[in-house]
Amino acid sequence: MYEGVVQNLIDELGLLPGVGPKSAQRIAFHLLAADPADVKRLAHALLEVKEKVRFCRTCGNVASEEECRICRDARRDTHVICVVEESKDVVAIEKTREFRGTYHVLGGAISPIDGVGPDDLRIRELMTRLADGRVTELILATDPNLEGEATATYLARLVKPMGVKVTRLASGLPVGGDLEYADEVTLGRAFEGRRLLDV
Amino acid sequence: MHVAHLSLTDFRSYASVELGLEPGVTAFVGPNGQGKTNLVEALGYVATHSSHRVAGDAPLVRQGATRAVIRCAVQRDDRRALIELEINPGRANRARLNRSPVPRARDVVGLLRTVLFAPEDLSLSKGDPSERRRFLDDLLVARAPRFAGVRADYDRVLKQRGALLRTAAQARRGSRSARRAESDTGFAAAGAGDVLSTLEVWDAHLARHGAELLRARLELIEALHPLVAGAYAALAPASAPATLAYRSTLSTGGDNDEGGELLEDAGERGSSAAQTLSTDLGKTLEERIRERLLEVRQSELERGVTLVGPHRDDLILGLGDLPARGYASHGESWSFALALRLAAYDLLRADGGDPVLILDDVFAELDTQRRRRLAEIVAPAEQVLITAAVPDDVPRELSGGRYDVAEGSVTRVR
Repeated sequence: MYEGVVQNLIDELGLLPGVGPKSAQRIAFHLLAADPADVKRLAHALLEVKEKVRFCRTCGNVASEEECRICRDARRDTHVICVVEESKDVVAIEKTREFRGTYHVLGGAISPIDGVGPDDLRIRELMTRLADGRVTELILATDPNLEGEATATYLARLVKPMGVKVTRLASGLPVGGDLEYADEVTLGRAFEGRRLLDV
Repeated sequence: MHVAHLSLTDFRSYASVELGLEPGVTAFVGPNGQGKTNLVEALGYVATHSSHRVAGDAPLVRQGATRAVIRCAVQRDDRRALIELEINPGRANRARLNRSPVPRARDVVGLLRTVLFAPEDLSLSKGDPSERRRFLDDLLVARAPRFAGVRADYDRVLKQRGALLRTAAQARRGSRSARRAESDTGFAAAGAGDVLSTLEVWDAHLARHGAELLRARLELIEALHPLVAGAYAALAPASAPATLAYRSTLSTGGDNDEGGELLEDAGERGSSAAQTLSTDLGKTLEERIRERLLEVRQSELERGVTLVGPHRDDLILGLGDLPARGYASHGESWSFALALRLAAYDLLRADGGDPVLILDDVFAELDTQRRRRLAEIVAPAEQVLITAAVPDDVPRELSGGRYDVAEGSVTRVR
């Protein structure tokens, strides 16, 4: 144990995801040795992120204004909505530059173990967006794990009566990889989702 | 296949031990508590990444050490693979194959295949249904590693669904008492509706994964049945014939939550259980599970547990027309457990590659006749490893190499 203030810092850092006690200690001593101006900038950035960043009132993505950059962009196709669990998934999909529609960030996935039900996710907001009938396709891009699949199934059932086309991202083989290195589950999924080759 | 070399570091009682092994029979002899079983347990661990004696990994590491290392060289035909496994209790295990690290430790599962007979096997015939479910599922994974994933998914769905049912049960109790207090019931009712709509989603996933597991189990039992009957007849020729049946929560036994009815009655054991369940009803197993879940929903909501699915099924062992459990003698129960293991061995061998047979302290439990028969059955295997407290426990048919194990040291006798 260190003197009060240092130990406080180590404890606080240790609460961050992916930071264990050893790393927390290393970061704390790095900060101690660092230039005061650098530390001030970091502290400022930390405070600012909590004060300034808001969540887009339309899609729930992180934003610095009422609406996020994507929802404000008039060139985006508002007939297509891609549903993701977290804001970081939006960034991942944006990197592909394939998708020109808009997003909806749920803020997690259905998981009764963690006490997360549909009411804890931004599903009601999604339904409001679908209500005016302008949306033609809903792409479900939740994580390909059990909770993500369950959330996708739940949404699909909910949206089906509204007559909106509901699609799910394909899962299967990584591009540029070798077939032999794929694990059995992924390869099995790829077989399930095989498609007709048009020539 | 056979194990050519085994080396342990900080595993159980051993700080360090090196053993050269050959094909054929090898016996480890020594008084109780000297570390015979630890040697074969290590090999079993390499094969399945779990111990046949304990659920957690912590007891496997020698007291005072932080990790244990098992190294073993496996010879298959003319190829040799060196498997190294580092056991880190509470953290992920690490593995190396031929001196290069593999991404996940489970990538080396299945390189060594063992069939292990141990005194604990008696619970296969005398113990709870969970023992027999584990036997079936372990064998599924040994034959096709893919099933480790199916099993994990199913367990995860069960957990999620269980959490949801418990919440629902609480909400119900809450709303009931609220109603009694004539306060606002609107909120509680909305909560229950919410639970029901998510429950349907988990039903769908439970049915999908459950059906996959169930189908695989039924096919496995079909393949096992003649092998078990044959092995049992060889071990105990005077006894009534051994039979296998699957008791499924899918068969309509009313709201009997102790697990539906027997899928097959004694008269029609030859027919396919999967057919009885699916085609007879003109439905897939998945549809059947969903249907049954709707039937038992009321009691599930009351009790907060999932009542239908492979996690509540049982493999029923029979002798003639009677169930083995409760009717079989001690000797018959033992023979049945051995017959199940022998059948597993036959099945794995038919898939290719003779598994290593491990008989941990088994002969002491058998009478002379059964001992001799078991010895005759296992003698042709490529490699048989035996542990015994006294040399006389090892039948004469199984003569071969012998190690004496005393106070944590292992010395070659012949």
